[in-house]
Amino acid sequence: MAVVLETAQPRRAPLARLFGSASGRQYSPALSLLLVTPLIILLVFGFFYPVGRMLFNSLFDPGFTLDNYIRIFTEPLYLRVLWRTFEVAFYVTVSALLVGYPVAYAMARLKTRWALVVAACVLIPLWTSVLVRSYAWIILLQRHGILNDLLIGLGVTSEPLRMIYTEGAVYLAMTHVLLPFMILPLFSVLKTIPDELPRAALNLGAGPVTVFVKVIVPLSLPGVFAGTLLTFILALGFYITPALVGGPQILMMATLIGQQATMLLDWPFAGALATVLLILTLLLAFAFRRVLAFSKGFQGGH
Amino acid sequence: MERSARPRLPVGRIALALVIGLILFVLVLPTLIVIPISFGTAPYIEFPPSGLTLRWYAEYFSDPDWIDATLFSLRIALATSVAATVVGTLTAIALVRGSLPGKAVIHGLALSPLIVPHIIIAIALYLFFAPLRLTGNFFGFLVAHTMLAVPYVVITVTAALQRFDVTLELAALNCGASRTRAFFAIVLPNIVPGVAAGGVFAFVSSFDEATVAFFISGIEGKTITRKLFEDIDFNLTPVIAVVSTVLVAVSLLLMGGVQILRSATANKPAG
Repeated sequence: MAVVLETAQPRRAPLARLFGSASGRQYSPALSLLLVTPLIILLVFGFFYPVGRMLFNSLFDPGFTLDNYIRIFTEPLYLRVLWRTFEVAFYVTVSALLVGYPVAYAMARLKTRWALVVAACVLIPLWTSVLVRSYAWIILLQRHGILNDLLIGLGVTSEPLRMIYTEGAVYLAMTHVLLPFMILPLFSVLKTIPDELPRAALNLGAGPVTVFVKVIVPLSLPGVFAGTLLTFILALGFYITPALVGGPQILMMATLIGQQATMLLDWPFAGALATVLLILTLLLAFAFRRVLAFSKGFQGGH
Repeated sequence: MERSARPRLPVGRIALALVIGLILFVLVLPTLIVIPISFGTAPYIEFPPSGLTLRWYAEYFSDPDWIDATLFSLRIALATSVAATVVGTLTAIALVRGSLPGKAVIHGLALSPLIVPHIIIAIALYLFFAPLRLTGNFFGFLVAHTMLAVPYVVITVTAALQRFDVTLELAALNCGASRTRAFFAIVLPNIVPGVAAGGVFAFVSSFDEATVAFFISGIEGKTITRKLFEDIDFNLTPVIAVVSTVLVAVSLLLMGGVQILRSATANKPAG
């Protein structure tokens, strides 16, 4: 191939090669394009064309109409679902941050095999199917489930509490499922803070709380932003967990889309809802793309 | 923790350790609880099990519906793993070593399936596949799952390529090797751990995937996750726990294996 041949010229100044301007370090544009072609074909058939059709379907019936979109933004039910989705994603993200921070901190500071134990406890759920974990929450929370048995056994309550198919169940299970996505970006930033910094602050007379608030927290902010954004974006589009533990009455965008499509067979409306959710997700990801670049811990961990 | 500056009883630390211990327990509990339940004798969900039996495993292995779904999922996951490894590795090479206009855009596109809600992909693919009769079809799944799995390969191979010392390849080129030969003889052997890890991640992501599978499955072609999703509501027998245990075992063995191999190679002194 001509493209490949030009890279093999051995008669270049060694200095030029060393500084990366030599073509040996970089593949030519034509070859690079060839290398990404399979990805582009895959995305065209697996994403762009299908999403484009979905968009088309939601806009033409058969003539152009915005009815489906007007419905989303004028009917109180759908506005409420949209609002609820953001609300749930917000609370889930906040609780994941509060619960995940100490874990990430321990994972980054512990030096012994305890660090491995913590890491294993974070990775094992991440590696398990979301479906299995949601099913496990049903087992734990249902009327005659493990938690109710335990509470009755301990005499905390005499009647089984209603836990499954409630908002609380959705918050709990979603926080659990998304927690690793909060912990890993936090961990990857926290572990880069050198031990000497908190130690120096302690030596200079700061108390442990001051050290944490004034040294650790500010330095970990990139991880906080990355974990928060990742968790929030993933929470916005969650389908399996709310569908299983929330039951039909607790609607989020994704569950509403699924319901419109599978039960009401209103595919154009489902497509319009999906388009709105997609635009919101992409806007968030694009607006904060710099923050997302910090989520390396998640990438390395998964 | 390593340093205790004062001899006082570190109450704060003990409390913190207890809280973290409790969080970690809750983190792993839902993954692990399905295992004892799958061995319980009662015909309903019972914990702790009053006796142990393999009856539900026998029921799973003798149920053609479950076995068909499991084999269908395994076939899809295997093909997805191969396809995503090839596509993802090529993409990573172009991203790290190529000269492309709009690299950042392509990088973003390659990783976007990680953040685009699966329900959107599910709906869009259903609308695309249904008229073509590609629902419940192996190739339909292959396209969908490969797209969802490519980011994992891109991430692991990109990391491996960034660690690779380019001068080794330049030396080969200088000695007269062609670009292709230098790639297969020098670059590829050095990034194999990253490629293999990406392949395993792709396999697991396909085998565990539930949202898209729920929509693009058919009456004939049904994945194990789709059948599990359907059955969770109706039939809360320990067979569901058996299937969950199968899913947990496959992912933990594969992902744990990768992690152990990786830390083993990472501990070796660098070349």
